[in-house]
Amino acid sequence: MDQGQAPPALSLRRAVKTFGPVVALADGSISLRAGEVHALVGENGAGKSTLVKVLAGLHQPDAGEFLIGGEPVHFRNVADSKAAGISVIYQEPTLFPDLTVAENIYVGRQPRNRFGLIRSSVMNADARQLFARLGVLVDPDRVAEGLSIADQQIIEIAKAISLDARVLVMDEPTAALSGVEVERLFAVARSLRDQGVAILFISHRFEEVFDLADRITVMRDGRYVSTHLTGDVTVDQIVREMVGRDIDQLFPKLDAEIGAVALRVEGLTRRGVFTDVSFEVRAGEILAFAGLVGAGRTEVARAVFGIDSYDAGTVEVAGHRLPPRKPAAAIDAGIGFVPEDRRKQGLVMDLSVARNATLTLRHALARLGIVSGARERAAAGEWTRRLQVTSGSLDRPVSTLSGGNQQKVVIAKWLATSPRVLFVDEPTRGIDVGTKSEVHRLLSELAQRGIAIVMISSELPEVLGMADRIVVMHEGRVTGRLTRAEATPELVMQAATATVEVAR
Amino acid sequence: MSTATSPGATPPATVAPAARRESPLSRLLAVRELPVVVALVALVAVTTAVNPLFLSGQGVKDLLLNATIVMMLAVGQAMIIITRNVDLSIGSMLGLCAFGTGTMFAGDSGVPIAVVFVAMVALGGLLGAVNGMLVTVARVPALVITLGTLYVFRGINNLWAGGTQYFADDRPRAFGALSVDTVLGIPIITLVAVAVVAAVAVVMSRLRAGRDLYAIGSDPDAAAVFGIPVLRRVMAAFIANGMLVGLAGVLYASRFNSVGATTGTELELTVVAAVVVGGVAIFGGSGTVVGAAVGAFLLTTITSSLTALRIDKFWQQAVVGALIIAAIAIERIASLRAARKLREQSEREVLDV
Amino acid sequence: MSETIAAETAERPSSRLRALLLNRGAAMVYVLIVAVLLASISIDRFASPLTVGFLLLDVIPVLLIAMPMTLIIVSGEIDLSVASIVGLSSATLGVLWADGWSMPAAMAACVVVGVVAGAVNGFLIAIVGLPSLAVTIGTLALFRGLALVVIGDDAVADFPREYTRFAISKIGATGIPVVMLGVVAVVVLFGVVLHLTSFGRGLYALGHSREAARFVGIDVDRAKFWLYVAAGVVSAVVGIYWTLRYSSARSDNATGLELTVIAGVLLGGVSIFGGRGTVPGVVAAVLLIGTLNYGLRLDRVSDVVLIIVTGTLLIASVLGPRVGEAIGRVRHERRVRAALPAAGPPPQAPAEGAAPAISLESLHPSSDPAPGAANERKQR
Repeated sequence: MDQGQAPPALSLRRAVKTFGPVVALADGSISLRAGEVHALVGENGAGKSTLVKVLAGLHQPDAGEFLIGGEPVHFRNVADSKAAGISVIYQEPTLFPDLTVAENIYVGRQPRNRFGLIRSSVMNADARQLFARLGVLVDPDRVAEGLSIADQQIIEIAKAISLDARVLVMDEPTAALSGVEVERLFAVARSLRDQGVAILFISHRFEEVFDLADRITVMRDGRYVSTHLTGDVTVDQIVREMVGRDIDQLFPKLDAEIGAVALRVEGLTRRGVFTDVSFEVRAGEILAFAGLVGAGRTEVARAVFGIDSYDAGTVEVAGHRLPPRKPAAAIDAGIGFVPEDRRKQGLVMDLSVARNATLTLRHALARLGIVSGARERAAAGEWTRRLQVTSGSLDRPVSTLSGGNQQKVVIAKWLATSPRVLFVDEPTRGIDVGTKSEVHRLLSELAQRGIAIVMISSELPEVLGMADRIVVMHEGRVTGRLTRAEATPELVMQAATATVEVAR
Repeated sequence: MSTATSPGATPPATVAPAARRESPLSRLLAVRELPVVVALVALVAVTTAVNPLFLSGQGVKDLLLNATIVMMLAVGQAMIIITRNVDLSIGSMLGLCAFGTGTMFAGDSGVPIAVVFVAMVALGGLLGAVNGMLVTVARVPALVITLGTLYVFRGINNLWAGGTQYFADDRPRAFGALSVDTVLGIPIITLVAVAVVAAVAVVMSRLRAGRDLYAIGSDPDAAAVFGIPVLRRVMAAFIANGMLVGLAGVLYASRFNSVGATTGTELELTVVAAVVVGGVAIFGGSGTVVGAAVGAFLLTTITSSLTALRIDKFWQQAVVGALIIAAIAIERIASLRAARKLREQSEREVLDV
Repeated sequence: MSETIAAETAERPSSRLRALLLNRGAAMVYVLIVAVLLASISIDRFASPLTVGFLLLDVIPVLLIAMPMTLIIVSGEIDLSVASIVGLSSATLGVLWADGWSMPAAMAACVVVGVVAGAVNGFLIAIVGLPSLAVTIGTLALFRGLALVVIGDDAVADFPREYTRFAISKIGATGIPVVMLGVVAVVVLFGVVLHLTSFGRGLYALGHSREAARFVGIDVDRAKFWLYVAAGVVSAVVGIYWTLRYSSARSDNATGLELTVIAGVLLGGVSIFGGRGTVPGVVAAVLLIGTLNYGLRLDRVSDVVLIIVTGTLLIASVLGPRVGEAIGRVRHERRVRAALPAAGPPPQAPAEGAAPAISLESLHPSSDPAPGAANERKQR
């Protein structure tokens, strides 16, 4: 940073944020200048969203220096951050549907006349001015309900501008947008940049990053890696900085005997979500589904398992056709599913560890229809011991466990059903490194025992370290199939971002 | 996918796709209150066609009188439901305030009518404040709290009234006349109710406090983040509702010929039904008080309508029940259709790439 | 690396017992015992077979309907139409009997009516997916209205002696009504289903998290549907009982009963949000309300006070835990703050292999960085 210039609009240095043993951010650093678009890239788990939450005031950093316009700041909550001029636009904006566009922008601070009545003409005029500044045309008097995500984002940006935001953070804003809408959003961003706003743009899409950003910062494993001028660097360099690391931190995969085909999926399609997905998994095999967030991998898994429906295609378990939309049938056929969101889908947080661990066994544990607490506890005890879940009393609510132990309970409950096929969606997300390697060792052992494992993961080292084969998806389609031998980080990333189609 | 635009160029003024598709007609059709208004108009039309006396001078007067009390209660309840709460104790509150009115007039006390109005509105506000405090301070679900106060207030009413009942001749003639005398053919108490509906509608649409209620019902956490004083607003809503119930209680004492310990029992469910039928979502965040008022009007008119149609009066309640279910189902179908249309719209645009 | 904060509590069987004895439902049982003892001591003629008999006869409708209601509320829904189904069943019985049907046939028809009514609720709520509060307000009116259509303003009173006498007959000299045997059977049935079957396990999971329930293969729609049918059947049976006990079939029988039932269920420790509650707690709460009612009535305290007491109990029952939580939270924060190490230099690279036993994170479950930790919208 040049000494003679004005201080950067925002400067975060060596920020640290831990949640118990989980280090979400080890060295969070970013420096935003007024009047620039600055992209922040990194894999899932690199610490980007934690950094954003620190900027937004949602998390208070445990250490580090945070300056706005050269002055140190300390945010206690989101309101403080907003007051300091930071606004964050998320992927899924939430407007109040029954309020008008203008009311949404001015919620809580609508202009009033002498009698306390809202002056909607003034409010609408102000809103129109804001939209003119952004170069878009939105009717401020219409109710927010029914607006597309793209429009809602524009309105959120207008709200930020009306709050005199000096720093605008856009967290993966283009994930839900179409081409035309992305163009419009970029035009707005450029216009704001020219007006002196500092924009932090987080995205996985390299064409967009290179199109829009002036500078790019790379993060990896919760740490700052580097910052480049966009013109000075190539996609390959960025990718290499994002993924380059020691892979041997993971537990080496054990060799397993590969058996017959346990699960075969052909031509699975769900309109608007994924198209023509086919794959098969054999007993003892670990098949990884790689790709970026939003690629559609979880949706495919949910459809196979029966939580969601599909429009075309077939699912076969050990040769038998599985009816769609029936999780109970999938479970009976021997499929287990460790979901992405363990708090909402994998566990019932308010129930005890024992109850959670045996929820899948509730039929099996019943004698003449009666489930006994003692038998439940015995089963739960056995499985939690096998997986080394440290939890103390089995009757404590599962919400009191650490993330790693919670994940083990979820896995335990599925292992108890002796599955043929096990789907694991982001198995080590939000888990400390120590437990991560335990989970990996566990998956390896399960494969050795003949279970076919389908692992959805957005973390490259996990994919490369654990998988026998890799299927890469991008926006609902399979864009790459790789074997363990031929896979490299670059190849996987390229298929995931659809810069190159890698098919076998 | 995207082509770079030259830096510094003025951005193209693009029209938001949603705005493009809005014609005045489609905006009208999307009005949430449309189904209930149409239903009301259709009902009145059909009934009048069969029985022209339905809309005679006296007939109209009766329709308006019947609707008055429920309309006012529905307006208050709508405010509460919009914030994602509910108040089941309004029947008991009404009973207390109606009996209070009777008491104040009893024995030719000579208390001015205006004083009675003020006193009972204050009483209602106080009762509402009790509910509001329990809901906001204790953060306990309103359904449970107001179920409890339903009992407590009813008990207090019983305690107070005992077996006493006040009848038409216990109140000043001028007071009773409020329900009989008309201005331009509309009974005075109905005018009061309509004025109240209008006033509350203005608050809900043009006052910050009112708009905040919608935000709170939509997403209380987001509302708090945006600086809306959630607890204060909810408390105010409960107090306002209580005051409206108090006023309704006074009007009740004017309209009906007896008030006692059982006045107002079972009213709460009718009122909630009216509100839901009028387009206010039970989950909060949407709907209007005008819609709720029309819903109340519709429900009370059905009774008269069925009588005029010579339909067995015993069918009335069943029809009301069926209507409530139909209203909920229509609201659900409408919102599902809107969500699907939005999804299809974005899917189509995704494929445009 | 931040240090582990609290020591593990080893698994102790006594802690399990303690949890069992200290939960909300158990608390109700204690209160009930205390109330009964107090009443027996202080009120004349309370502890007599006559009192027991009348008390139980009064309590039976509420107790019976509270059973399916408990399961419905545990699963996260509600049913306000139960009293109307009672009325509809009563009206049906009256009309069919007056029409010349035999009693067994008429009673069977009532049960069928209950099944159909419950199925209507179940269809609208579980299959179509409409909100249960609003729907059952509608069916409350619909079913009550149908009762009116069926029987009109009339009351049928001339039921055969054997039946009406049976309804209020007692077991020997104990004063306990004979029909209590059936009631106990129903209570035991629902209690077993909720606490001891896989279906019941599924209901608790469902009440907490519909998503998580689907992921373990629970057929949410089918479960809820049958719960509503069960409520319909039980309500219809109560309708028969009510009619025979009071020897009168009227369209307005049992008006307002749903509120008493719900009050009893909530008082018994069932959370309105679903996922929590026990049958014993509900039974105790219903008996408690019945005891209070009857005892105070014997003591010449007016009904009025009873209503106030019921309402206050209900409010107290939900306020109490909140106050308890608030106190607990304050104490917890104080404990954590005292135990935190002073802020030091940024942590080094994480240690390999060590899986910590318990951590600060586990004391603050809300700070888990896992995605989707935003509050779930609770719908009612």
